Amino acid sequence: MEKELLDKRDIDRALSRMAHEIAERNRSLEDICLIGIQRGGVHLARRLARKIKDYEGAEVPCGSLDISLYRDDINLRKEQPVVRKTEIDFDINNKTVVLVDDVLFTGRSIRAAMDALMDMGRPAKIQLAILIDRGHRELPIRADYVGKNIPTSLSEKIEVQLSEEGHPDRVVLLKEGK
Amino acid sequence: MKGRHLLSIKDLSKEDIIHILDTAEGFRDVLKRDIKKVPTLRGKTVVNLFFEPSTRTRTSFELAAKRLSTDVINFSVPTSSVVKGESLIDTAKTIQALGADFVVVRHASSGVPHLLSEQMDASIVNAGDGINEHPTQALLDAFTIREKKGGFQGLRVAIVGDILHSRVAKSNIPCLRKVGAEVRLIGPPTLVPEGFAGEGIHLFYSMEEGLRDVDVVMMLRIQLERQDRGFFPTVDEYFRLWGLTEERMSLARPDAIVMHPGPMNRGVEIDSAVADSERAVILDQVTNGIAVRMAVLYLLGGVKS
Repeated sequence: MEKELLDKRDIDRALSRMAHEIAERNRSLEDICLIGIQRGGVHLARRLARKIKDYEGAEVPCGSLDISLYRDDINLRKEQPVVRKTEIDFDINNKTVVLVDDVLFTGRSIRAAMDALMDMGRPAKIQLAILIDRGHRELPIRADYVGKNIPTSLSEKIEVQLSEEGHPDRVVLLKEGK
Repeated sequence: MKGRHLLSIKDLSKEDIIHILDTAEGFRDVLKRDIKKVPTLRGKTVVNLFFEPSTRTRTSFELAAKRLSTDVINFSVPTSSVVKGESLIDTAKTIQALGADFVVVRHASSGVPHLLSEQMDASIVNAGDGINEHPTQALLDAFTIREKKGGFQGLRVAIVGDILHSRVAKSNIPCLRKVGAEVRLIGPPTLVPEGFAGEGIHLFYSMEEGLRDVDVVMMLRIQLERQDRGFFPTVDEYFRLWGLTEERMSLARPDAIVMHPGPMNRGVEIDSAVADSERAVILDQVTNGIAVRMAVLYLLGGVKS
């Protein structure tokens, strides 16, 4: 079973609000950078960067981060995750890094992302921007910017579909036994 | 990857090869960072089991394994002692008992990695077996070619030298064919037997003919001890007929690259002027070798028995 939770306009509104919040929280936009987690987070980070530029006129550096080499479930998976590009062509030392991902669930991806970032430098701060927070945290991690809170059950799945991947923008809830 | 071991290029599909190369891209980025290490295989043990002396390959595997945060043990067996079948299996069992997750093996006899793969629970990586194969060398060569040429389709790759005894060639030929390149084998007829010809594999007994319009020239190391066995008359004559000189390189495409698995015999199979020229990508091969071997260990680590 599939249920649409957010459509294109909802996603855009949520991102617009998050862009404003990021600008509000980080007065000097010179020191911030956006880093999206592969894959969904990368597209969202780029969208946020564009919005911040539109609203504030500030060019915020934007990168992508692959976390597969830092995952904690390597031994539990049937196959190794595909290693994707990490492209951070700017210095993250002493910067405020806003990590961007599509869905926040157990928090384990964010733990992996923070470890990966620490291997690349020493950011002054790391903040977290998430389009959908679906609950069920297994680690003490929370988001600084949330598009939408959607309480789910463990048997459900959230899928963020984005035009950059060739779908129309939408967020759907998939229930088991569809 | 489907298999738990990397024994031969023949076991890999084109998709497997491309997947390994794509994965290696990620690792090459890791090697460019200040901290060149990822925690991916923490707690795993890699045993380098080398029955033949090798500094380059062993060091490359050792570094690849360490960059993935594994513990590495170098288990070198004296080459002077003839290893009988029984003692080889005993060695395997000992290493098994040490708790190895990966065994990287090099042996002078063809088929040893295959034998070990039947005896051990660990993932076996063939680091060169006799005159059979050296699959990670072919993968790192393919990675380097793709990096320099952007792809494989329509490429002409010449492999020059002792094809008969070369495990590098024996892995490179199927690897290049699978990814879509055309292969030319060049050398004296004693070292390039007719049986090697096949679809997309052409034999040449003259450098002047074989090198014409190729995109890649892959030189093989001439093993000087073969001279006594009558495969070629003298080192001087070998260089005169089959050595890669600048003059001969001018027959290849203007943007052709020169590869060599090392260690080179300067003045035997390759002239110093070529080895040190801008066309030579020999040191890139060394660097890429670490990334490719990291990719192989990483991907094998994900295959559950």
